[in-house]
Amino acid sequence: MTIRTQVIPESGVKTAVPALEPLLIEIHEEGRAGRHVRGGEEAEAQIPARFRRRAPLGLPELSEPQVVRHFTHLAQLNYAVDTGMYPLGSCTMKYNPKINDRVASLFADLHPKQPQSTVQGALTLLAELEGMLAKLTGMDAVTLQPAAGAQAEFTAILMFKAYHQKRGEGAKRHRVIVPDTAHGTNPASAAMCGFQVTTVKSDAHGNIDLASLKAALGDDVVGLMLTNPNTLGLFEERLREVCDAVHAVGGLVYGDGANMNALLGVARPGDLGFDCIHINVHKTFSTPHGAGGPGAGPLCVKEPLRAFLPKPWIVRDEQGRYHLDTARDDQPPAGLGDSIGRVRTFLGNFGVLVRAYTYMRTLGEEGLAEASNDAILAANYLLAQLRDSYDVAFDRPCMHEFVLSASRQKKQGASALDVAKALIDEGFHPPTVYFPLVVPEALMIEPTETEPRETLDAFAAAMVRIAERAKTDPAAVKAAPKNAPLARLDEVNAARNPKLKWQRPT
Amino acid sequence: MNKNPYSSHTDADRAAMLERVGIKSVDDLLTAIPKDALRPKLGLPVGMSELEVQAHLESLAAKNRNAGAGPFFLGGPVQRRYIPAAVPVLALRGEFLTAYTPYQPEVSQGTLQSIFEYQSLISELLAMDVANSSMYEGGSSVAEAAFMAVRTTGRKKVVIASEVYFEFRRTVRTYARGPDLEIVEVPTRDLASAAEGAACLIVQHPDAFGGLVDVKAIADAAHAAGALCIQVTEPHANALLEPPGALGVDIAVGEGQPLGIPMSFGGPYLGILACRTALVRQMPGRVVGETHDARGMRGYVNTLQTREQHIRREKATSNICTNEAIAAITAAVYLALMGPEGLSAAARLGVAKAHALAHRLGALPGCSVSTDGDFFDRFALRVPTLAPGREGSGYALRNALLVDNVLVEATAAHYGDRDDLIIQCTEMTTDAEMDALVAAIESVAAGVRETVTAR
Repeated sequence: MTIRTQVIPESGVKTAVPALEPLLIEIHEEGRAGRHVRGGEEAEAQIPARFRRRAPLGLPELSEPQVVRHFTHLAQLNYAVDTGMYPLGSCTMKYNPKINDRVASLFADLHPKQPQSTVQGALTLLAELEGMLAKLTGMDAVTLQPAAGAQAEFTAILMFKAYHQKRGEGAKRHRVIVPDTAHGTNPASAAMCGFQVTTVKSDAHGNIDLASLKAALGDDVVGLMLTNPNTLGLFEERLREVCDAVHAVGGLVYGDGANMNALLGVARPGDLGFDCIHINVHKTFSTPHGAGGPGAGPLCVKEPLRAFLPKPWIVRDEQGRYHLDTARDDQPPAGLGDSIGRVRTFLGNFGVLVRAYTYMRTLGEEGLAEASNDAILAANYLLAQLRDSYDVAFDRPCMHEFVLSASRQKKQGASALDVAKALIDEGFHPPTVYFPLVVPEALMIEPTETEPRETLDAFAAAMVRIAERAKTDPAAVKAAPKNAPLARLDEVNAARNPKLKWQRPT
Repeated sequence: MNKNPYSSHTDADRAAMLERVGIKSVDDLLTAIPKDALRPKLGLPVGMSELEVQAHLESLAAKNRNAGAGPFFLGGPVQRRYIPAAVPVLALRGEFLTAYTPYQPEVSQGTLQSIFEYQSLISELLAMDVANSSMYEGGSSVAEAAFMAVRTTGRKKVVIASEVYFEFRRTVRTYARGPDLEIVEVPTRDLASAAEGAACLIVQHPDAFGGLVDVKAIADAAHAAGALCIQVTEPHANALLEPPGALGVDIAVGEGQPLGIPMSFGGPYLGILACRTALVRQMPGRVVGETHDARGMRGYVNTLQTREQHIRREKATSNICTNEAIAAITAAVYLALMGPEGLSAAARLGVAKAHALAHRLGALPGCSVSTDGDFFDRFALRVPTLAPGREGSGYALRNALLVDNVLVEATAAHYGDRDDLIIQCTEMTTDAEMDALVAAIESVAAGVRETVTAR
């Protein structure tokens, strides 16, 4: 790794950090090039002049050795699960097994438009994955199309809309209820479906407030979007009453499965009153987050919603062959019926789904159950070590994550953001901060099941040290990070003077 | 022994952790869960060793016919293209692959600068002002672009050309169910005259049949009617063709998979979305911007976040959260390695091969190239009458060619009355594959001729 020496202005201490990297455009020289592909000059004459590109294609010209060093250096500026503990609440940054990446490459050279007879292995895998997810969640049918949790939410709310329309209640139902602890994607997804959002507050125990919910319910309600365990890391204590109340007014209950890592083999959403639930396989099923994506958001539904699932559906014939029902090669294709149609071009983020399938087959039922058990234990173990140093938002046993408040530290002069940045200097990725919105100075911590106990202890010790420092020297906490490639970035400037691409050096 | 092979806990660790929490078992923490729902039997298979799981996945993969295993002419939004060896080596490094969305920029500069470079490279390729950091894939990007136009114009009518990929059109129709948009499909040649009262005109260039389209005229008609022009584009085509930004296009969208990303049977891919500066506050998704740190060093952050769901909730421009960052990084690595000449060469090879092949196939009895006007690196082929049945002759020929292990797409019922084959070439298409396709179609056509003569 290229190292640069950085002097900490406050103390004059020199520290070694990875060197920053120039932009590709700054190492460009005309005439530099690799030779990955060449030829085809005759094509120039085959494109009529009026269609041809006039301005030169101003991509940087670089040699392969330069490109390799550039992106290797950039990679070294990143913190990742492969480099350390990443306790980002609600994101389930567990270890990403390498076998999953390798087997995904076995399916890399398959085109999504290939005839179904040539992709039986891929279709078998998808069908088996659908079946496993249905069993795991206690649901009846599954679509693997959604690319991420948010797209699964959108898919489900479109299905809710179609469901109510089919029952002749489409015109009167226009409100979706979300708790104040919900992820921002929930209200955004409801709004994309043309619905109004009604926010319901939480009670003193960190549950959705049942009285407020009941007051908000009526026959104009499409449904409720509920994360369970919720974003406070707490299992809803009156979950069945909540679901029953929504069903009583003809509404549906959407399960946001972002926190499914607490429930593997512990409880099935289908047994708890949910009509559907999505799964973030990039959280619960160990597929790498890819610096922001891709994910995959399979949506699992109860029987009454099956007809509305996106098509095509994968169906199995009597000979055990798999087909896409709306594009069958062996018999007339099925129509769309009540389906909302496709939410993306092809079947799903297959490369991600292969990894999830591989993870489930590797762990098996017993391994999945152990994973959730260990995740819950790890979170409670950390909570026990941090309870005295930070305020606990709702002090009852948590599931796989918990939310602390840095309110005490804030009064001492160091905010949740400062605590987060100080953790960087301690060698850890910070937790999620300022979410959920209902907790002031929130620090949302999710250790996952794959961190060794020594690492959990080291993280707790770092958090305690920072809390001590906030008491005695809050300015030092505010000055963090000092040992990162960069000090704190000016986000206000970035938004006020947006510079969203490079300028060619002149 | 651990049942989860990725656990680092020993039984002694667990015992110590339980003791620290002050409980006997994890079940003591689960009192909020209804008793009758606690710890259900799931009926999932038991776990496997890594060796066993590798063998199992290999056995599934063996039931597929890989694209490279024979003559291959499928394409459209997803293309079989050459991926330089260094692309996966760099883009799939653990520091990129196992990081999350860069919420903490001080320890995420690798991700942020790589995506800033992706935005810069895509903006240059498309000659657009701004590109976002990625969408899910092509079809949903078209839908999100239509939503942008609806928000910008306050109109609810979306006009889309019927020569846009049918999977894209269907995805737009699904998305349109949300805000109850009116979707109108017209042939590309009628697009300009359908602009009245529309939020946008959506044109694809090159179109689903490889056809080259006068986008400028459509953009002018859109603007005259107060609508936006959205172009569905393909990355490689922009190396040779006038890019959207030079044609008056307001939003350019497309599938970015051809930029070094494996086909992987449908995803994960890369949704490209780029627009004019005036529309940037309506843009969905994340975008990276340049700034500086407290010591004045240059650095990068996610910016313009007040458009996004985690800030604006139901007033956000989109619900997108997780995107396809690693695919954007992959595309940046690919474009950096290929450079302007490498990208142009790959594009040229597809064009040259498609034209050579069209010349040969068009000369076969009963066959003719049926793309309207000039085409790029794919073309439609009208074929001899084989089967006047439900899916037509093109579909019957596609099935006949499959027997010879030759893969081509038929228009089937997806493009109105068209009953053709669609044939895509790229730099990967070999002379042997082209010979095989010509021979296979020739032999089927000859068979038809004999059958007809015999009658």
